[in-house]
Amino acid sequence: MIYGSRTSGLLYLSPYLIGLAVFTLFPFVASLLLSFSDYRLQDSLGTAHLIGLENYRAILHDRTFGKSLIVTLIYVFVTVPLKLAFALFIAFVLNFRLRAIGAFRTAYYLPSILGGSVAIAVVWRYVFAGDGLINQALAWLGASPINWLGEPAYAMFSIVLLRLWQFGSAMVIFLAGLQGIPSDLYEAARLDGASPWQVFRRITLPLLTPVIFFNFIMQVIQAFQEFNGPYVITGGGPLKATYLLPLMIYEEAFKYFEVGYASALSWCLFVLVAIFTAIAFRSSKHWVFYAGEK
Amino acid sequence: MTRRSVQLAGVSKQFGSTRVIHDVNLRIEPGELVVFVGPSGCGKSTLLRLIAGLEEPSRGSIHISGRDVTHTHPSKRGVAMVFQSYALYPHMTVAENMGFGLKIQGTPREEIATRVRRAAEILQLEALLDRKPRALSGGQRQRVAIGRAIVREPDVFLFDEPLSNLDAALRGQMRVEIARLHARLGATMIYVTHDQVEAMTLASRIVVLNGGRIEQVGSPLELYHRPANLFVAGFLGSPRMNFLAARVVRAERGFLELDVAGGSMRVTRGHAQPAASGLSVGDLVTVGIRPERLSLQAMAPHPATPAPNDTDPQDVLALRGEVTLLERLGSEALAHIRSHGERGETLVAKLPGDLHLEPGAQVTLTTAASSCHVFDATGNAVDTQTPVNGPFVADSSSAPLNEASR
Repeated sequence: MIYGSRTSGLLYLSPYLIGLAVFTLFPFVASLLLSFSDYRLQDSLGTAHLIGLENYRAILHDRTFGKSLIVTLIYVFVTVPLKLAFALFIAFVLNFRLRAIGAFRTAYYLPSILGGSVAIAVVWRYVFAGDGLINQALAWLGASPINWLGEPAYAMFSIVLLRLWQFGSAMVIFLAGLQGIPSDLYEAARLDGASPWQVFRRITLPLLTPVIFFNFIMQVIQAFQEFNGPYVITGGGPLKATYLLPLMIYEEAFKYFEVGYASALSWCLFVLVAIFTAIAFRSSKHWVFYAGEK
Repeated sequence: MTRRSVQLAGVSKQFGSTRVIHDVNLRIEPGELVVFVGPSGCGKSTLLRLIAGLEEPSRGSIHISGRDVTHTHPSKRGVAMVFQSYALYPHMTVAENMGFGLKIQGTPREEIATRVRRAAEILQLEALLDRKPRALSGGQRQRVAIGRAIVREPDVFLFDEPLSNLDAALRGQMRVEIARLHARLGATMIYVTHDQVEAMTLASRIVVLNGGRIEQVGSPLELYHRPANLFVAGFLGSPRMNFLAARVVRAERGFLELDVAGGSMRVTRGHAQPAASGLSVGDLVTVGIRPERLSLQAMAPHPATPAPNDTDPQDVLALRGEVTLLERLGSEALAHIRSHGERGETLVAKLPGDLHLEPGAQVTLTTAASSCHVFDATGNAVDTQTPVNGPFVADSSSAPLNEASR
């Protein structure tokens, strides 16, 4: 019988398996192998040599990498908490039973669909340009214009802001989490005499920790992979102030053609993300509450 | 714990255009355990939530111990509520759950601990204080929910279907515990349930609700023996009261003569007062007979059923029919009998458990006319004179209790 056979089962799975093999497993393995080679993009693969840990050793002495690593960590540590707090705040507001709440929810989610695109990053560049929208607004208020993309601190601020603006997916997950908290717990708390802040602090927040944890992990991974913002808006500048690791990897591979080195950088980034995720998981048992736990 | 009265004056509640509570007036005396009972959607939970302050009435006012609390915050009313879902905070231990309200109010830690310990003692929860709700059984969670209410030392306890999530055995056990708790604390309690057994066994007084209106208020036995209308008569009692269509053939001062079940049978009501009820010859009425009031004619007569040859035949209603089903419950058997009347109504009779009766058997059921209930065409009881403390009390009062203990 065809339905019961192993072959037909694999046949049904094949589109996924082929996709996984070609677009995930192969690049994964290939980049690992390339990271031990001196392969350059314009050379044929046959001329590449295995050079052992040479690329990794070079990374340790690369000052640009050091700078990029620090910038990346600042970016992650600033954007992730801010974005989570902002997404939670908006979700909390959108959880109230208001008129036309559906329209508000859609409106707030919209930037997330658009936000990640190159087109919006381009718009962002114009907004923060010397004669851009923000400086015009400042001028209208009588303030002097700010060199948003030319000053290191302001440049970082503008790419952080682009990321914050894409709070929608985290917000939707928070909203689902908030709606999953039984209303009778809130009623019990009201009868207990808890103020709105006490309810939020002692009921909502603890019960939301699994969702916060999930969003935290997702946001950390995404933030480490941020590329569009610095690439389109600041080009990594000024003075490499927004030179995030993904941008450095891209430039090493496709600007300087050092594919072997870029592959090694990719693996460093991968290990970095893995370490942060592991730390988050380790710490979770101290602050994440699962309703299913005894 | 202080005993407090609760008074509802002209309370109505509307959700949008839907009116769920209609002009309810009710006074609950200090220390009473009043049960709101009714089918789902009758407004009983809404009424409780109005008293708790979780909803605001659209009209009318609510007083606790004479104080108008209609617009008072729930936490300032001196009430504590036990929710159907228990509503325990899942991330807190049993002790934290019970002490949360006190902690919020800034009660000193030692006092919280003392009060939590005292409540845990009453409910035998001492060993569970450090556990999270997830690690408790349904009955234990229910006790924690009650403990949380006790710790707050409220003036009025509100129970919203607290036992409906428990299995039958546990429900019976918790029912007894709540009754004991009421006896021990002596606090005013309002208890919502759709389960008439809970209502009958726990209540000092029962409030029967239907469609957002109070149908009848009274003691359990009062409601059982003197239902004010068809709804109350049919709602309380299990198996439910048998209803038979009947017609008035004689209406004279002091008695009514009725044709029951298609004219083949007759009942005479000595207590009926047609003048008061406004019934006249030809009017259609409904006769209600409790299943335990029916006896097989061949059997030893029911204490409430005078032997036919000793009394006027018109004082005894005899119904002939065919047995369609016999449900054996052990101590008793429920016989389903299709009457030979025109409408062929099915009656349920509660008979001795060891009775030998086969489906298809032709039987005659008898009952004392005086134990029948008569309802007019609008469903209101024509005659509720069957005395609660009258001659049948010893016999009939055991009925609901037996019911409850099952």
